Amino acid sequence: MKIHEYQAKEIFSRYQICTPKEKLCIDTKEAILAFRKINKKVVVKAQVHTGGRGKAGGIKLASNEKELQMATNTILGMDIKGHIVEKVLISEAVDIQKEYYVGLTIDRSNHTILLMVSSEGGVEIEEVARVSPEKIQKYALPIGSSLAPFRAREVAFDFFKDIHLVRQFADTIEKMYKVFVDQDASLVEINPLVITSKEKMIALDAKMTIDDNAMYRHPDLDKLRDDDEDEKLELEAKQHGLSYIKLDGNIGCMVNGAGLAMATMDMIKLYGGTPANFLDIGGSSNPKKVKQAMHYLTQDPNVKAIMINIFGGITRCDDVAHGLLQAFEEIKITLPIVIRLSGTNAEEGLKILSTSSKVKTVSSMSEAAKLAISTLS
Amino acid sequence: MSILIDKKSRVIVQGITGRDGAFHTKKMIEYGTHIVGGISPGKGGTTVEGVPVYNTMQEAVLNTWADTSIIFVPARFAPDAIIEASEAGVRLVIAISEGIPVVDMLRVKAVLNKNGTSMIGPNCPGLISPGKAMIGILPTNIFMEGNVGLISRSGTLTYEMVDQLTRNGIGQSTCIGIGGDPIAGLYYLELLEQFEADPETKAVVLIGEIGGDAEERAAAFIKNHMTKPVVAFFAGQTAPAGKQMGHAGAIISSGSGTAQDKIACYEGLGIPVAREPEEIPELIKKLLS
Repeated sequence: MKIHEYQAKEIFSRYQICTPKEKLCIDTKEAILAFRKINKKVVVKAQVHTGGRGKAGGIKLASNEKELQMATNTILGMDIKGHIVEKVLISEAVDIQKEYYVGLTIDRSNHTILLMVSSEGGVEIEEVARVSPEKIQKYALPIGSSLAPFRAREVAFDFFKDIHLVRQFADTIEKMYKVFVDQDASLVEINPLVITSKEKMIALDAKMTIDDNAMYRHPDLDKLRDDDEDEKLELEAKQHGLSYIKLDGNIGCMVNGAGLAMATMDMIKLYGGTPANFLDIGGSSNPKKVKQAMHYLTQDPNVKAIMINIFGGITRCDDVAHGLLQAFEEIKITLPIVIRLSGTNAEEGLKILSTSSKVKTVSSMSEAAKLAISTLS
Repeated sequence: MSILIDKKSRVIVQGITGRDGAFHTKKMIEYGTHIVGGISPGKGGTTVEGVPVYNTMQEAVLNTWADTSIIFVPARFAPDAIIEASEAGVRLVIAISEGIPVVDMLRVKAVLNKNGTSMIGPNCPGLISPGKAMIGILPTNIFMEGNVGLISRSGTLTYEMVDQLTRNGIGQSTCIGIGGDPIAGLYYLELLEQFEADPETKAVVLIGEIGGDAEERAAAFIKNHMTKPVVAFFAGQTAPAGKQMGHAGAIISSGSGTAQDKIACYEGLGIPVAREPEEIPELIKKLLS
């Protein structure tokens, strides 16, 4: 689960990581009040779940009320990569001497926490990684409930000579590490971490992602959820035991298993079609789930044909077939449907479905994809 | 021969009294797997499918000389169960449980490394050495004894591939579902090493998917150290960036981990990549002839 900058900074503050004075606002009136309270030059920052806000014009400076009003009016309602801005953060402007990037994430290959530090802060880190990867230093940190202070110092001495700055930097890394393990994050990032003209380190921006599998032990974090329409649909599907991700194509697909579901989408593409979604119904052939899955496929107006690909293992194809027939009875479907059943009890399943006039049955994945695509023309 | 498991494997089922644990214990016994005991705290002294149930792993290992354990307990209790198995001294742990937090898995891995315990999973369907033993939830009827090894992050996609192989008369030495999580146990690299050393395995099918770079790291090993042919398939060419595709580990983050990158890497090194599952048997036949 992604959280907003302002939410991540609230968590940072609880761990005494320095953040600027700031206030979240939903309209110009609130923004002006916040500006008066901060009482100096501010930055107006769009709060959306996407990167590249600056480039899109979602971050603007304001030194007086008129500028603030203009900036707030422009940013609120703005569309940044498909995300509409509904909230802005009014944040005290800081005079910057130097900017750093500091990020913690999971190191999938070494099974540790990965710390990345770069003296090229303030720009998109993906860009730095692409253009000059040597400017990002990586450290594998062991897992524990906290980071040993000496490890944080080792890193800090790679970047600073002045002990005053070493201490502040090491302290920030230790606290970020604590946030990471305490909050079950999969990403904790400060970009930029700035040194002000008064040699103070401040987290000017913050990014955090929480591990979905750990949400059960963080009921407080669930309140920070601010999903867009697609994410809401994905979460609702998950509550029905389905993995559903909407895409832009016109062939709706329903598959058991995530790997097979991806392979099915690829197969549709390979034969010249475009998949409308990813949909994994999991290991169960429960008719309720099959019906719910069918509901998602049919409510997408782009879907012009449906391809169902089931490989029966523990799941029995005859059970799935019964589930589908029930779904057809309850949902009115006029779209062409192609079904491929293979594996455990596939023959029985195909026989059950042969009584339905709605579906075409085939026995291989490629035949199913070709047939589904051919129904469009 | 085969790798990791065979007729001699002595297996404990952790979570044997649960619905899934009991169901799959029955299936594993039917296949001939040597299930020597089960764990269910508070139900020690009872039996499931004729198998003695113990309260703790320590007690179970002392009484049964088990060397392998399979875990069916729910995600929140699974990290503890994996560590319990490792501390009790089993050699191999197969974790079926889905949904374990990543930070927990980092802690578990540190213990496993210290104790020298191997793990398959979590969030996996287990593994099978056809004709010898199956430890997991795999549909045994589609497998056939033979000489092709298979490694995959996905369950049903594995079944699809195996079905294609078996229908074409190509049997398997060992098939391993390594699981769909970002932090897992034995992975492509270690398993390819074992297949290379296994006299019964003549070729390997490697099934990868989006997320991480484990497939790419395995590619260098295949190129430089493997004498046996490897055929690959990668799922997720049409997956959008930044979305978890069912598996927690199947995600393209910051533009890295795409199927296109993996395919380009393998093709660049001259390792054949199937465009669709149905091409796998022919590629294998060609390489083995």
